[in-house]
Amino acid sequence: MTEPVPALAAVPSAQPRVLVVLGVLAALLALAPFLGFYPVFLMKALCFALFACAFNLLIGFGGLLSFGHAMFLGTAGYVCAHAAKQWGLTPELAILAGTAASGLLGVIVGALAIRRQGIYFAMITLAIAQMMYFFYLQTPFTHGEDGIQSVPRGKLFGVVDLSNTLTMYYFVLVVFLLAFLLIYRIIHSPFGQVLKAIRENEPRAISLGYDAARYKLLAFILSAILAGLAGATKAIVFQLASLTDVHWTMSGEVVLMTLLGGMGTIFGPVVGAFVIISLENYLAAFGEWVTVITGAIFVVCVLAFRRGIVGELAAWWANRGH
Amino acid sequence: MTEIFGISTQALFGQLLIGLINGAFYAMLSLGLAVIFGLLNIINFAHGAQYMLGAFCAYFLLQFAGVGYWWALVIAPVVVGVTGIVIERTMLAKLYKLDHLYGLLLTFGLALIFQGVFTNYYGSSGQPYRLPEEFAGAFNLGFMYLPKYRAWVIIASLIVCGSTWFVIERTKLCSYLRAATENPAMVQAFGINVPRMITLTYGFGVALAAFAGVMAAPIYQVSPLMGANLIIVVFAVVVIGGMGSILGAVLTGFGLGIVEGLTKVFYPEASNTVIFVIMVIVLLIKPAGLFGRER
Repeated sequence: MTEPVPALAAVPSAQPRVLVVLGVLAALLALAPFLGFYPVFLMKALCFALFACAFNLLIGFGGLLSFGHAMFLGTAGYVCAHAAKQWGLTPELAILAGTAASGLLGVIVGALAIRRQGIYFAMITLAIAQMMYFFYLQTPFTHGEDGIQSVPRGKLFGVVDLSNTLTMYYFVLVVFLLAFLLIYRIIHSPFGQVLKAIRENEPRAISLGYDAARYKLLAFILSAILAGLAGATKAIVFQLASLTDVHWTMSGEVVLMTLLGGMGTIFGPVVGAFVIISLENYLAAFGEWVTVITGAIFVVCVLAFRRGIVGELAAWWANRGH
Repeated sequence: MTEIFGISTQALFGQLLIGLINGAFYAMLSLGLAVIFGLLNIINFAHGAQYMLGAFCAYFLLQFAGVGYWWALVIAPVVVGVTGIVIERTMLAKLYKLDHLYGLLLTFGLALIFQGVFTNYYGSSGQPYRLPEEFAGAFNLGFMYLPKYRAWVIIASLIVCGSTWFVIERTKLCSYLRAATENPAMVQAFGINVPRMITLTYGFGVALAAFAGVMAAPIYQVSPLMGANLIIVVFAVVVIGGMGSILGAVLTGFGLGIVEGLTKVFYPEASNTVIFVIMVIVLLIKPAGLFGRER
């Protein structure tokens, strides 16, 4: 690695501020449905925000660019939808099943992919994700092009009816906030610090006695589990699991969200996800031009805007008064 | 050819031929990727899109200017190669000092732009490209019919791969290229213009993709997404072969094409995934790839 991805907002003194921002964010999101935002839009954005945060854990703090993260989103979605519809599990158990399936996949794929580094790592994850795509295209339980449709939202713990959109929204919000806190905790744990050390200088971390491969694998599995949580929740929200979620364009999308928001920042992926999802919502009428705009954002970000929205803001904040 | 064996041998050889043709494209595309990676250390994600651009270039030439296949085979690589040079000069050149992953992300964005623009005008369905008249018909090999154009694809791709291998591994240019990969500053000090060499290498790699695109136009239809799925398979091919050697990329390309063709005969369900499965097995046994060296 010649230049590490800039890591920001990880200064110890910044920790209380992060919690304050998170509190404000949570309050805003809790009020958002009453401020004229559509709960369905918010739920979609939150699911993708969680997906992007999971991805960011790997690239931003582990320095590993996975180009196949859609497989975790999609796998969890399919397993969760199948569990809820065919096995009649309650939503929380279905989500757990989906998340566990993604975690299991993460163990296998991670063990393979960390055998190579850098660009090869990206290509291997992409290729395995494409293999999973064909698997889901052909296997009967996913219903091919149709996907698993009209998945019941069911009753949370058998009590709370999730068919009410607002109830569903608050459930998604709680899942998101808990997962976000977990990611925050992981990043600031000794494990997270070792991960960053490996990203910055792997040989040195190894010489200090850290088993780099094991740390990377664990980071990969955690990222897969959290991406799976996002995918499973998304399947319950939209009552649908389809091939879109395992296609490589979805893997590209999560890279874009993280890049635009700011790789290696705490809030970057959340901001990136909200921006991209809003963009797609407003530009839906323009058809294929959305792809062109997505590509253009990639190019601009890489050429001129590598720290992303949150990264640039943080840099500006740190430099104010100079 | 007997009645009993008739159907099965015909299917077998037919699929073997299709595999060999696919292998020819895997070889040409992974060759271009390997050439670019060797000097720029960048994985050119736009390679599939540039292959598509080559095919569309040939299509436009025929449709709007009446320029036929043979001229397209020359013009399309040059045109697309020049766009590659512009991309390298204006964008990629700014990224060499950064993490290599940024090159991957930039070319991914470019691929999306190209594909999006063409999908917008042509949808995702394919445009037929008329086969040149001299390739109408087939050779009767006794056990099967070999369409003339398919024979040409295999021969042309062998020629292209062979001459690229010769230029890069056996001439003075190759020593410059390899020296510049090892130590650009030192090579520059000897009076060799390394940035220009890098630019031309990228242009050449891109031109190879466009050449493959023109070759593909009469076989597969010309469609905006023709390169998108292909490039992922080619990535797997590159991981299997390892990007250390040009010859390795070519051999792996042809070999995997044939394996894929055979899978279509014996276990069609796995034909889409067999290359990825092989990639996983190779990663378990020899992580650096069949022809690669661990750096």
